[in-house]
Amino acid sequence: MTGAAVPSQPADSTPRSKEGLRPVTDTRLDKSQPVLEVTDLEVSFPSEAGEVRAVRGVSYAVRPGEVLGIVGESGSGKSVSSMAVLGLLPDSAEVSGSVKLAGRELLGLSDNELSKIRGKDIGMVFQDPLSALTPVYSVGAQIVEALQIHQEMTKEQARTRAIELLDVVGIPDPRRRVDNFPHEFSGGMRQRAMIAMAIANDPKVIIADEPTTALDVTIQAQVLEVLKKAQDVTGAAIVMITHDLGVIAGFADRVQVMYAGKPVESGSVDEVYYHPRMPYTIGLLGSIPRLDNTERRALTPIEGTPPSMVELPKGCPFAARCPIAIDRCREVEPVLSVKEGNTHPTACHRSHELAGALDPATIYPVPEIPAAVELTSVPREQREKVLELDNLTKHFPLTQGAVIKRKVGVVKAVDGITLDIREGETLGLVGESGCGKTTTLLEILDLPSGQAGTVTVFGKDVRGLGRADRKALRRDMQIVFQDPMAALDARMPIGDILAEPLKTHNWDKDRIAARVPELLEMVGLNPDHADRYPQEFSGGQRQRISIARALALEPKLVILDEPVSALDVSIQAGVLNLLDELKVKLGLSYLFVAHDLSVVRHIADRIAVMYLGRIVELGDSASIFDAPSHPYTQALLSAVPLPDPRRERERTRILLTGDLPSPANVPSGCRFRNRCPKFLTLSEGEQQRCHDEDPANSRLAADHVAACHFATALEVI
Amino acid sequence: MSANQPAPSNTSAAGGEAVAALATATAGAPQPPAAVRKRTSRGKLTARRFARNKLALVGLGILALLFLAAYVGPSFTKYDYKFHDYMAFNAPPGGDHWWGTNQGGQDLFALTMRGLQKSLVIGLLVGGISTLVAGFVGAFAGYYGRWVDKGLTWFVDLLLVLPSFLIIAVLSPIFRNASWLIFVVLLAAFSWMITARVVRSMTLTLKDREFVKAAKYMGVPGPVIIFRHILPNMASLLIIDTVIQVGAAVIGESGLSFFGFGVQAPDVSLGTIIADNTTNAPTFQWLFYFPATCLVLIGVAVAFIGDGLRDAFDPNSSGAKSKGRRRKALAERNEAHRKATVAGGSRDVLGTS
Amino acid sequence: MLRKLANYLILVTLAASLSYFIAGLSLHPQANYEGRNPPLAKSTISKTLDDVNMNPDTPIVSRFATWANGVVHGDLGKSIDGSPVNDEVGRRIGVSTRLLLLATLIGSVGGVALGTIGAIKQYKFFDRFTTLASFFILAMPVFVLGLFLKLLTMKFLGAGTIHFTGETDAEFAGRWDFAALGNRAEHMLLPGLTLILLQVALYSRYQRSTMLDVLGSDFLRTARAKGLKRRAALVKHGLRTAILPVVPLLVFNIVLLFIGATFTEKTFGWHGMGELLINSITRNDVNTTSAVALFTAGLVLIAGLLSDLLYAALDPRVRVR
Repeated sequence: MTGAAVPSQPADSTPRSKEGLRPVTDTRLDKSQPVLEVTDLEVSFPSEAGEVRAVRGVSYAVRPGEVLGIVGESGSGKSVSSMAVLGLLPDSAEVSGSVKLAGRELLGLSDNELSKIRGKDIGMVFQDPLSALTPVYSVGAQIVEALQIHQEMTKEQARTRAIELLDVVGIPDPRRRVDNFPHEFSGGMRQRAMIAMAIANDPKVIIADEPTTALDVTIQAQVLEVLKKAQDVTGAAIVMITHDLGVIAGFADRVQVMYAGKPVESGSVDEVYYHPRMPYTIGLLGSIPRLDNTERRALTPIEGTPPSMVELPKGCPFAARCPIAIDRCREVEPVLSVKEGNTHPTACHRSHELAGALDPATIYPVPEIPAAVELTSVPREQREKVLELDNLTKHFPLTQGAVIKRKVGVVKAVDGITLDIREGETLGLVGESGCGKTTTLLEILDLPSGQAGTVTVFGKDVRGLGRADRKALRRDMQIVFQDPMAALDARMPIGDILAEPLKTHNWDKDRIAARVPELLEMVGLNPDHADRYPQEFSGGQRQRISIARALALEPKLVILDEPVSALDVSIQAGVLNLLDELKVKLGLSYLFVAHDLSVVRHIADRIAVMYLGRIVELGDSASIFDAPSHPYTQALLSAVPLPDPRRERERTRILLTGDLPSPANVPSGCRFRNRCPKFLTLSEGEQQRCHDEDPANSRLAADHVAACHFATALEVI
Repeated sequence: MSANQPAPSNTSAAGGEAVAALATATAGAPQPPAAVRKRTSRGKLTARRFARNKLALVGLGILALLFLAAYVGPSFTKYDYKFHDYMAFNAPPGGDHWWGTNQGGQDLFALTMRGLQKSLVIGLLVGGISTLVAGFVGAFAGYYGRWVDKGLTWFVDLLLVLPSFLIIAVLSPIFRNASWLIFVVLLAAFSWMITARVVRSMTLTLKDREFVKAAKYMGVPGPVIIFRHILPNMASLLIIDTVIQVGAAVIGESGLSFFGFGVQAPDVSLGTIIADNTTNAPTFQWLFYFPATCLVLIGVAVAFIGDGLRDAFDPNSSGAKSKGRRRKALAERNEAHRKATVAGGSRDVLGTS
Repeated sequence: MLRKLANYLILVTLAASLSYFIAGLSLHPQANYEGRNPPLAKSTISKTLDDVNMNPDTPIVSRFATWANGVVHGDLGKSIDGSPVNDEVGRRIGVSTRLLLLATLIGSVGGVALGTIGAIKQYKFFDRFTTLASFFILAMPVFVLGLFLKLLTMKFLGAGTIHFTGETDAEFAGRWDFAALGNRAEHMLLPGLTLILLQVALYSRYQRSTMLDVLGSDFLRTARAKGLKRRAALVKHGLRTAILPVVPLLVFNIVLLFIGATFTEKTFGWHGMGELLINSITRNDVNTTSAVALFTAGLVLIAGLLSDLLYAALDPRVRVR
């Protein structure tokens, strides 16, 4: 990986089955036998509330060299089914059906027999690389262990092989790194090490369970590349489990969509993405904000929440949320089969109509978002500034020493940020983890009085403010947090939660009593539910409560810290629509912090891209997405996968090398130069300039600046 | 049937999540539609879970009986604990003296009941006071951080390395002629530190939780946040801890009294009764067994109750289940939040490292 | 590391000094001489107390200065009857140390083993039994446990079958030859068992809960996904990680254990530091009491250092690179 452009996916290199997922060997198109064959897999757990039927009949088959994507939201049973394949579920789980590896039945094998298969014939990559490696052993030792379990090898041989493997997965300086402990690796490197471990014994199948979910997009792109490489090296089949329709689009050959423990649609990626025939899939595809979507329109959310796996209703589990459900759907659960006029199997009674009379594009009602009022028609320059940061800086001392602490360095978490937000607009602040987004937010929210730079809120410099003024400021500036579970105190009814800001700012009882139902109504919740506790609401509803609380005091500026990233896509769309609507209705300004560029594109008017404590590119949404000019922005945008298989195959991905440097060790000159793909194409003199000179913002358009000496626009989406 | 209702649980994880959490860590959560959920108050639910735990009920039963015996029992016997029956020295159990008499002819039943009263009252008081102190100190240290935290943590560490037993013993002359309440205060003063550490570390976690941050950015003052959000959110810990502290205090009290550094004559506690009869115990074994059994029963009952409470409060615990599937249910009980039910120093490390 | 050591030293020094002040202010050495028949002259008492640096008329700070100066030079002062505390402590320190060392070693290892098995076999018979047993043991004050074991052996084996009073029988006192070792072992049996049971119960509860936390961890799942068998994964990856949070327990446990030892020594007639503590307090012997406080402070210091070293050896995350 040199930072040069690499084609992300060879088009149609692998055979695809048109047959769907009946585990009958498809002899017409493919002679090779499926290596992993799962038939009618069912898993249930006992629980306090009753039996949880987590998986209710999953069947699939993968052939060598093939990638099967399993997509589903949380609770759909996708991970449980893969654990069942490996026999790694707790003893209390009841598993039935059949799992065959190269013709050999795995269900019912003893733990000893399965141990010989796990790690050898089936490799596994887990989601969270931090907790998936044992903290007390070195990375090398853990790979060596994987090798020595299954192969006759001396310690030296195994170690040499471990170093080779680390090299294969792209760990720089593997000879030294092999002795590092997991905590000394970055997230991306840990996931690479996991992949090295998974391919150590040339497995026939690799099961990857959300392998990139915990990673940033640029790292995700790297890891997917490594996974692809690992497949090339081993010739293994890959079962890729994810919630991200974008990741699958470019990576998988075939895809299976799961809902409520069951596959509801499966087929080749093209079939499923371009001709979805199950309303759930259609809804899912319609509810994701897309990076390549230039027009700003409302997303189509899927109303409601997935059913409880304990008391599944009769009929189709999706019927309650389905816009085209008919009586039959509530009576009989449809089976997964190829319906008339369809090319691939679906579990829907009306699939045949979707191929004909019903237009899949219009089955979901598109919500109305009120058109922007006069505010946006006022030119930006004439609107009032609600927040202004001027050269905001936050450095932490890095100390070391036993008895007496001495300063050994400076962590430049935020290193000079300048931006402003005007009335009625949304600024999207994007950047990967560790870039200083959170510190920036805290600096704004804590109303600090130290360090360099100024924070001006509603025209007041927060530094000189007294206690009362600060409190007044807090009224006008509110925050919505990421995790709707954690943001509401589980010990308070939501009525009290909504009343808390009002009480704090001395509203009288009657006004509070009137305001609470009003707020609930505003965010689309039933005002009668004010005496319920947060845990009685779903994630999306809880996020609505958070929003209602933030709006209780009628603020002018709302800071949204990753407000939808903890939600499933089908829920996320509704919350994004709500935010859009409220902004227009109430004339709010948003500071929207997110790592998901697609979401930001959907909601923001202006974008600020942050890298290592600095804003490297800032401008209106159109300029940033259509003409990104900083090489980092370009790489970031190009790393975002699109839920569009054909375009994904054609796209050229800019891969960045390495990880984000530590903010304690910021490179001289341009802070991006050591990872910059453009840097490599420059002449020596130009490179020297990047090396020596910290680039200032160069203005590219009326509202578009980039901090690069050689900024030029490049279309990457 | 009550057991089959999806139940709102007491932390951020909803009932549905708890179910899925059992499935696998990554499986995520099927969220039951809020509308169909039947509302049950948290208190009731906890009580129901607790009631399904047999051992906990046994513990509660034992404790209730002990209380009853301690306060009502003496009125059924004609002997006062101070009365010396010169007709019966070291009389075996039976007859008028149900549990026999000691060397001085005192009725062992009357004595033990009196000792039981003292032990129980001291235990309850110490448990309550020390948990209260621990809650305050731990929460303030954790919430305010910086020098408040440094100072308080250091003070806690100092108290922990101080040989508390030695100090109380050395100070015993002070309360020899004063009220036993001073003894209670001393015991409490040396038994809150470990809880305070746990509270502090939990506060540190809670402080980073978004609902606390939300309150802070709303402009809610610190002490209000502590009492409105932080302490209520560890109510379960504090309740469980009070129970455990009661057990620890009873044991500590009896130990000090055993050496004569605790409850002073003419008053008695279970510790003094056992101590007074140590030399005679090998020959007149009832002198040991009756008071010792009472003492152990308090400890065991309290441990059972604490264990049951922990399970009842823990949303992921599915141990409190209806019959029938008990075995299975027990097998998968999630004990993630379970800390060892140990009176002494076992729970602290979570706070320290 | 150095920082921690310094911190421990300060804490421990402070704890010992505080103990001296409290003992000095609270105990009344003069009570030993007052009320005698014939009454002693006030000046005589004063003189005697001056000799042992326990005169309440001397300001406590200057008494402390004298005492602390002695301690720094290795002299623990004089006991109330005028004999050097050093001698007394020298005789007794080994007795307690042997008892404590044995209980700590066997107790912690045994507790960790039982706790681990208990967690793995959660809710099976073994787990239920050990859990219940540890509840009972922890509900018993040490003296009850000790007396109980004593009565039990006397009842089932008859009195005198096992000799448990004192560290040895009289004829073996002070001897370390083979026969004496056997006798020592016999005497060690019950007091040792008392403390070991207590330690095992404590450590097993704790280890069980940390092990249960680890059982659901992702890395254990990874280890199994690699092809490690259940048992191997549990021991190599599970136990190794679950033991980490138990290590710091050593420090606070040592104080608890010493108190336990005090009861055992008293119950079984061992002449150790614990017994010395009780005797010195009843005799209002400030210097001896303080010496015992110093001893516990030393225990904490050593346990603290050991547990930190052990922790660093086990956990690469805290190792200084």
